[in-house]
Amino acid sequence: MIQEVVSVGLPVDERWKIIKNRMEPEAGARPDSKRICIVTGTHGDELEGQYVCYEVARRINEHMELLDGIVDIYPALNPLGIDSITRGIPMFDLDMNRIFPGSNTSATAEYVAAQIMNDMSGADMAVDIHASNIFLRETPQVRVNETTSDNQLPYAKLLNTDFVWVHASATVLEATLAHSLNKTGVPCLVVEMGVGMRITKEYCMQLVDGIFRLMCELGIWKGEAPEVRDPIVSRDGHVSFVNAEASGIFVPSVEHWQRVKKGDHLGDIVTPTTGEILHAVQADVTGRVFTLREYPVVYSGSLIARVLEDCEEDAEND
Amino acid sequence: MTKETLFTLPSPYRDTLNVTGYRFGRGEKSVCIMGAMRGNEVQQLYICAQLVHTLEQFEKRGMLVKGNEILVVPSVNHYSMNIGKRFWAMDNSDINRMYPGYDRGETTQRIAAGIFEKVQGYRYGIQFASFYMPGDFIPHVRMMDTGFQSTSLANLFGLPYVLVRKPRPYDTGTLNYNWQIWDTNAFSIYTKETDHIDQESARTAIVSVLRFLSRMGILKYHCHSGYIASIIQDEELRSVQSPCGGIFTRIRHPGDEVSYGDELAQITHPLEGYVMQHIYAPCDGIVFFSHSAPLINEQTTAFRIIRRLHG
Repeated sequence: MIQEVVSVGLPVDERWKIIKNRMEPEAGARPDSKRICIVTGTHGDELEGQYVCYEVARRINEHMELLDGIVDIYPALNPLGIDSITRGIPMFDLDMNRIFPGSNTSATAEYVAAQIMNDMSGADMAVDIHASNIFLRETPQVRVNETTSDNQLPYAKLLNTDFVWVHASATVLEATLAHSLNKTGVPCLVVEMGVGMRITKEYCMQLVDGIFRLMCELGIWKGEAPEVRDPIVSRDGHVSFVNAEASGIFVPSVEHWQRVKKGDHLGDIVTPTTGEILHAVQADVTGRVFTLREYPVVYSGSLIARVLEDCEEDAEND
Repeated sequence: MTKETLFTLPSPYRDTLNVTGYRFGRGEKSVCIMGAMRGNEVQQLYICAQLVHTLEQFEKRGMLVKGNEILVVPSVNHYSMNIGKRFWAMDNSDINRMYPGYDRGETTQRIAAGIFEKVQGYRYGIQFASFYMPGDFIPHVRMMDTGFQSTSLANLFGLPYVLVRKPRPYDTGTLNYNWQIWDTNAFSIYTKETDHIDQESARTAIVSVLRFLSRMGILKYHCHSGYIASIIQDEELRSVQSPCGGIFTRIRHPGDEVSYGDELAQITHPLEGYVMQHIYAPCDGIVFFSHSAPLINEQTTAFRIIRRLHG
C-alpha cells in the first residue's frame, strides 16, 4: 500500500511528497511482526537503490504468502533531487544526509527529515542504500560505525556484499540518517555500491539476495534463505586512500575489485594538450581496489582509488 | 601592504586558482579577515576589498599600531564565483565545511588545509559569512558555542546583536569553529546581503571591523562607538514557519519592531492571485531574520524574532 510519509507545499502548484510502499501479509501484520525499512534516494544522483527497491517489491509481490512481517520501501527520500539529476535537495545548501534528525522550526528540508525520522521510528531494522557519486565506483560494501559494530556486524554480514568496512566515528557523521536511526534504537545498515547516475544490475541483484537473507533472519520472510558470500571485514587501518597529485585526465590501468601489489601501476593522470603523463599513480599497499575513479577529469587531491589491504592470511594464500 | 599568493591549485582546463592575501603591518599575528569562501558571496568579497583599500590608506597614513600584522583574504573560491556557482565547481563540495582540511585528502580538503595553515595562529579571526537559508538578517556578530567563545569581545564590534549558536555536526568543518578550537577568537559577521551588494550594510560591516581593530589597539581610528550589543542565544529566537507554499510578500523587515498579532507577510496563490495566508507575529519583539526570496515553501522559516522581555 502506498503511503505518504510527508507532504509539503512547493511555491507553485506542486507538493513535495515522500512516499513509501508498505508491504505486509495479506492477513495483516501481527502486533509482534517485525518491520524492516529499505531506504534509498537520499542523494539524487545515486540510482542503484532504485533497482533494488523494484526487485525487492517484485519478489515479495510474487510470493506474498511468504511475507511474515512488514517491509516498508522508501524509494526516494529526495525525489526533487532524483528528478532533476541533483545530488542534494535543489535550492538547499546542506547535504540531506547531514540534517538528520531534522527540525520542525527550520528549513523545509529539515522538517521533511524530521517527518522521515518519525515514520521510521520503531522499526526493527533499516537498510540505507547509497551509490557513491558520479566520480567513483564502489564494490558492494556495508559501512558500519565502530561504535555500533558489535551489534550490527552479524547483520551486516548477511547482506551479501563483498566486504564490510568498520569505520571510525566522526562528528560530522552524527547528522546522517543512519546515525540518527541508530541513536533512536533502529539499527541501520548503510550500503554503498556502484556508481552515481547508473544502475549496475549485478550489484543490485547481489544486494537483493542479501536483503532477503536478512529478512529471513529477522523472521520477515519465510522463503528459502539465499546463500550469501562471506564478506571481508575491514577496519580503517586496512584501507589505503590514493589521491591525485596532479590535475588532468585520469586513465585507469586496473579493473575495479582487481587485486594489486604494492607499487603496481593503477593508472595515469595525463594532459591532453601536450601528451605528457603528469602523475603515474601507484598502489601504496597490496590488496584489492574497491573504489576506483570513474569520472576522468581530476584535480590535485581528487580521490583516485581506495585499496583494501590484504590481511596476513590473505597475503599468504595469494 | 604586501600582496602574496597563499594557495595555488592548477586546473586541467582553467587558469590556475590563486588565493591572494594582503598583509598590513608587521609583528604579532593580530587579526585575520576572511571574505568570500563561496561563489555567490559577492557582498563578502566587496566588503573585504573595501577593507583592503581602506587599510592600505590607513597604513600609508601611519594609522596602524606598530607590532601588529593584519591579513585579509578577500576571496578563496572565485573559481566558482566566475562561473556562477556557490560551491566548488567540480564536485559541489563546500570549502567552508572542510576545515581544518587535510593536505593529502580531496581537493577541497587540500584547499582548506592550505588556507588554514596561513590563517591560523592569529589572535582574532573575522569572517564575512553567509547563511544556509536564503534571507536577510539584522547585521550581527555570530559565534559558535564551543566553550572558547568570548561574547564580551564580540561586543566590541559595536553591532546591535551578538548571536551565540550551539554548533551542529555540520558546523564542525567551518572556519569559525576550527579557528576557535585552535585558539583564535573567531567572529562571523553577517550583513544583509550575499548575492548582491548592499552598500549600507557593507559600510556598517566595514566600520564595525575598523571599530574592533581600534578597540583592540591595532588601529588608530576614531569612530562613533556603535551599539552596546544584546547577547542572544539562537534557541531564544522565535521561529515563524510558513503555513503554505506560494508567492511571498514581506511586510515587515529585519530590524522592525513588531507586536503580537502584527502582520509580517502574506502568501499569495501563485496562479490565482488571492492571498492564501497571512503570517502574523506570534510575540512582541524585533525581526531578526526574514525570508527574502519571492517564492516560499511550506514549513520553512519565514521569520525569526527576538522576543521582547516585559519587565
